[in-house]
Amino acid sequence: MICNICGTKDASIHLTEILNGQMAEVHICEACAEEKGTEFKTYFNFGDLLAGVPGLEKALGGGGKKVPLICKECGMNYVDFAKNGRLGCAGCYSSFQKPLATVIKQVQRSNEHVGKKPSRIPKETRSVHDLRQLQDKLRKSIQSEAFEEAARLRDEIQQALDKIKKKKRPEA
Amino acid sequence: MSEIDRFLEQPVSWLRATGPESDVVISSRLRMARNLAAYPFLTRLAPEQRDAIIQEVGEAVKTSRFLKTAYFIPSTALPELDRQFLLERHLVSRELFLEEGKNAVAITPDEMVSLMVIEEDHLRLQVFQSGLNLAETWRIADEIDSELEKELDYAFDGTLGYLTACPTNVGSGIRASCMLHLPSLVLTKQVHKVLQALSKLNLAVRGLYGEGTQASGNFFQFSNQITLGQPEEEIISNLEGVIRQVITHEREAREYLKKKRKSKMEDQIWRSLAVLKAARVMSSSEATQLLSLVQVGIDVGVLGEQVNHTDLNQLFLLIQPAHLQKMTGKELSATERDARRATRIREYFSKVVL
Repeated sequence: MICNICGTKDASIHLTEILNGQMAEVHICEACAEEKGTEFKTYFNFGDLLAGVPGLEKALGGGGKKVPLICKECGMNYVDFAKNGRLGCAGCYSSFQKPLATVIKQVQRSNEHVGKKPSRIPKETRSVHDLRQLQDKLRKSIQSEAFEEAARLRDEIQQALDKIKKKKRPEA
Repeated sequence: MSEIDRFLEQPVSWLRATGPESDVVISSRLRMARNLAAYPFLTRLAPEQRDAIIQEVGEAVKTSRFLKTAYFIPSTALPELDRQFLLERHLVSRELFLEEGKNAVAITPDEMVSLMVIEEDHLRLQVFQSGLNLAETWRIADEIDSELEKELDYAFDGTLGYLTACPTNVGSGIRASCMLHLPSLVLTKQVHKVLQALSKLNLAVRGLYGEGTQASGNFFQFSNQITLGQPEEEIISNLEGVIRQVITHEREAREYLKKKRKSKMEDQIWRSLAVLKAARVMSSSEATQLLSLVQVGIDVGVLGEQVNHTDLNQLFLLIQPAHLQKMTGKELSATERDARRATRIREYFSKVVL
């Protein structure tokens, strides 16, 4: 087996990576391995692999001439993200919302976070998060056939929704 | 004595082999990614913003019960050899030093927690435990995170959760992983079957193994791949559930070897020891192969009380390039290292009777 990096020496180190259900093998000779360091697991990182995901650029949608998609906050071009898999700032998530949704769907299971939230976040962010946390609990209680709990959660969700509606009305 | 040199004098706690299931699971680690809301991500950071982040996080660290005794080390204070040394101890990542700009790392004196500042994300917290103990890594990380967030404003979205530079970490921002030693599954050629089955479960498995003898590819790292849409506890218990199954398979394979391939296996173990006791030059990949077989010897009870997991785990670390150089007190060429490594190993096994 020839080293995948230098392409000359015999490979003596073999890495197996499983990503998105696909097994990929990489073969490296000792000299190249030494150069890349001994901690192989950091040699391949998800970002680099993500950048190789086909369709990252296509995720922009539509063929033909495209207007460059640029983040309003940091000035990053979406094309650069497609190249290296790294976003420029938190604002990129909203600036690139549409193509990113496709990407996230490919690499993650869902489009919505359930779990921990910081203690210091704006009220609106908190209520959006709390509502979804309740919906996730409801789904799970139905799955486990805990219907009393489900009924309680359903009411709680309804209350939360009413609150959000009330808040929105005066603004509109 | 520098803070780094202090580490040299102490064994790594998470390599103690004292945790649950430590005959198969070497260590558990949880990594947590966070970014500060007020600054752009890494690729867009200006030098003065880096300074500001290091400053802000440095202050926050002082208020954390867990981290207040940590050494807070700016990357500028670290010579290349020390970087390599910390890397070998898994306290920092390669990415931390890949870039030119300033960054920092906070490390607790017991080396169980490290907080990298300005890696791919502004904050990368790592918590280690010996053996299979992911729940504990999460408990500690969660607590530290809750302490830090009192001082720091994180980038968080109501829908997407914690925002990270790479969308593969968005959501919970956590990556849990365990390092497993699976020599029996490799020896019985079962490991690929196990890995293939796992690939359907949205887990990432990375193996590190060499060719030559069949028993060289024995270390595997298992981690969650998905960070969005599952609560942290669920991510962790799913991974732990899978790892428990792998442990069962490994132990079954070990029993099979003990019963059906006893003499062949014992032969390989004793031969490895003989080489380790005699060699004058040894590359790290050869050492890894042979030491892995010695671990099998401990697991199947061939070696009696002569060698134990704790010492052997430490030895794996002590023969890494930067460790050899730190202990020798000077830089060594690859050839010098191979000789030094062989000496070190011979010393270690000198009392072992063949």
